[in-house]
Amino acid sequence: MTNFDPQRVRTDIPLMRRVINGRPITYLDSGASSLTPRTVIEAMDRYYENHHANVHRGVYQTANESTAIYEGGREAAARFLNAPGGSGEIVFTKNATESFNLLARSWGTKFLAPGDVVLVTEMEHHANIVPWFQLREAHGIEVRFIPVGDDYRLDLSRIEELMQGVKLVSVTGMSNVLGSINPIRELADMAHAHGALIAVDGAQSVAHLPTDLVDLDIDFLAFSAHKMLGPTGLGIFWTRADILESMPPFLGGGGMIKDVSVDGYTPAGGPTRFEAGTPPIAEVAGFSAAVQYLEDLGLDNIAAYEKELTGDALTRLARNFGDTLRVIGPADTLERGGVISLDVKGVHPHDVAQVLDQFGVCVRPGHHCAKPLMKRFGLAATARASYGPYSLVDDTDVLLEALAHAVEMFA
Amino acid sequence: MAGLDDLYREIILDHYRSPRNRGELPPPALRVEGFNPLCGDEITVYAQVEDGVLRDIKLTGHGCSISQSSSSLMSTAVKGKSLEQVRETIATFKQLMTVHEKKLGDDAEDNDVDAEIRRLGELAALAGVVKFPVRIKCATLAWNTLTQALDELPA
Repeated sequence: MTNFDPQRVRTDIPLMRRVINGRPITYLDSGASSLTPRTVIEAMDRYYENHHANVHRGVYQTANESTAIYEGGREAAARFLNAPGGSGEIVFTKNATESFNLLARSWGTKFLAPGDVVLVTEMEHHANIVPWFQLREAHGIEVRFIPVGDDYRLDLSRIEELMQGVKLVSVTGMSNVLGSINPIRELADMAHAHGALIAVDGAQSVAHLPTDLVDLDIDFLAFSAHKMLGPTGLGIFWTRADILESMPPFLGGGGMIKDVSVDGYTPAGGPTRFEAGTPPIAEVAGFSAAVQYLEDLGLDNIAAYEKELTGDALTRLARNFGDTLRVIGPADTLERGGVISLDVKGVHPHDVAQVLDQFGVCVRPGHHCAKPLMKRFGLAATARASYGPYSLVDDTDVLLEALAHAVEMFA
Repeated sequence: MAGLDDLYREIILDHYRSPRNRGELPPPALRVEGFNPLCGDEITVYAQVEDGVLRDIKLTGHGCSISQSSSSLMSTAVKGKSLEQVRETIATFKQLMTVHEKKLGDDAEDNDVDAEIRRLGELAALAGVVKFPVRIKCATLAWNTLTQALDELPA
């Protein structure tokens, strides 16, 4: 872990200086959105201060610079993900949710027929459920769910049966509630053996685990910049070049066309076909800086460090609270990320989060946009703490102190 | 700065731990469900109305301490009252969840508001909720559900 020092990461993040209710901020909500390093903020400032112009087609100096910055974002993403076909496979969207809508509306509408099955899992975020339900309404596809076992892992015992008629497997890399990391390569092999494609929700995993598209052998990937130290308002959609070229446009307008006449239009080729209108150029500049920042830290280092933090937290939560507190997720750190959902006996998650806020602790109460999963475990909500590369064991100390206060208060 | 004590008053915690008027009423009592889609809180209000009087009220559901204690406090405040009085109490409470915010902000003397809060009795314990804007919807869930039930009464 030569290059990795969480204390240095903290000094790189201006927001770490915040004081909340008289205490230094204890940010444990990276699963919802990560904090932003100064280099990311500066990259966006630099863009507006020195280069700002609309991208593509401009002939003047700053327009060319802006285009280079924007297209540079695709290069950064392709490098970050080891995209087999390079930057031409990277599409910029608004967020991971829009990436899934692009997948469902464009690829799904063209390639799925009534009765075709999209196989998702019970642990998906609504972003990877609702677009498929919408496609079910519009095109009569079937949406099927891989169940989650009592061990908080995908239950693959009936997978052969579930795979019948499946055209697409769409699964999260890491659950935003349980922290469970799914066996993506195994699922990809299974999908391909059945003639299906596989899409992965990388929103929770890309900033916390290495993502190598060649190794994973998947077909689609969706994620958001703001969960990987980048800015809000930018999502990434990746697919293999041959699939990309076969997909019809999703949103129509300027920038996505090759030609328009009074008789009709011809869509552009490549990723720009899916990028109607002026794109989020400053956000792409910030995204490139975030990719650089994560690469400098090293995803392997981040994964190993967050595993340590998570293991320590799970051990101490069990020791300090016993039966008073249940972790909704795997109890060990094997194939598990730094997302810890808590069910505190006698204290509603909203009250937990409210008491924690008084200690400057930022956690998220609610269903985490995963209501089928909540129902699976008989819960309306959990209070979720989630780590990032700037998290410290000290953050867990404050979390435990605040949790003890909440338990005492409602006892 | 708003502290936890402003929100979690002892009366609130008491009603959360030992909710009053829990349970169901058989038909023909009115039955209306209230739901907060953002946090998953659910409340079902059963109201038995006879001769323009809310004879009995029962509640089931689950949610945070604020939504559950507010529903319990509401049930004790409106049970046995005339519908006119019930509607007045609802209006006063909802006023507490909105106008009162201004008063808390500038510490201005406002005898009307003070008088109204006093009139609410135990319910006044919920006054601190307005200092925590995201929790106001928790406190008003039961009240909105009761309003809906009353609106369903034949004219």
